[in-house]
Amino acid sequence: MAIEVKIPTILRTYTAGEKAVSAEGKTLSALIDDLEANHSGIKERLIDNGDLRRFVNVYINDEDVRFIGGLDAELKDGDQVVVLPAVAGGC
Amino acid sequence: MLTIDQATYDAIVAHAKRDHPDEACGIVAGPEGSDRPERFIEMINAAGSPTFYEFDSTDLLQLYKEMDANDEEPVIVYHSHTATEAYPSRTDIGLAMEPNAHYVLVSTREHGNDAGPVEFRSFRIVDGNVTEEEINIVPTLS
Repeated sequence: MAIEVKIPTILRTYTAGEKAVSAEGKTLSALIDDLEANHSGIKERLIDNGDLRRFVNVYINDEDVRFIGGLDAELKDGDQVVVLPAVAGGC
Repeated sequence: MLTIDQATYDAIVAHAKRDHPDEACGIVAGPEGSDRPERFIEMINAAGSPTFYEFDSTDLLQLYKEMDANDEEPVIVYHSHTATEAYPSRTDIGLAMEPNAHYVLVSTREHGNDAGPVEFRSFRIVDGNVTEEEINIVPTLS
């Protein structure tokens, strides 16, 4: 089972510069664990206290995972996952 | 140094003035690695707030897919401060996730929606370190 994960510029230090990597998992949580196994350190940038970081957006087939189960969102072969840090700030 | 053409500079300022007292935000995209801010893209501040800005998550995905398809990257990420100086706040620094971008800040605190000069400054924000840079405004990008 292979799922393509698009990696944003800021996290490419964990993927040797690759813009996209392949990973496996039946849920987003499992997929992130699999990413971590091959790209050590990346999990901490995505997850904080057992939940997705507030300012990291993850999409499965263009759907924001926050609306489809968060870390429990289900994945299947051929799905495409995109990770994008929020563009945000405040005075 | 940030080199920006007059029309794009004016468009950023106009957006900031129009959205005052809320923070305005957007991107100027350009070919990957070119450092040329060519394509001005106004974004909606999903936070709709005078003290915070955030791109809507659906708009964000759309924007990045579009840039990806065009081999573009965000050359400028801009937003306005409406009551404080045009300098990155602690939140701005903590959330700056585009190490290659010029972070442009505009402050509308002086004249709000009205005509008149604004503070317009540009910064690099990498690993929490802020470096201000010069801005070179040109009639058109050469």
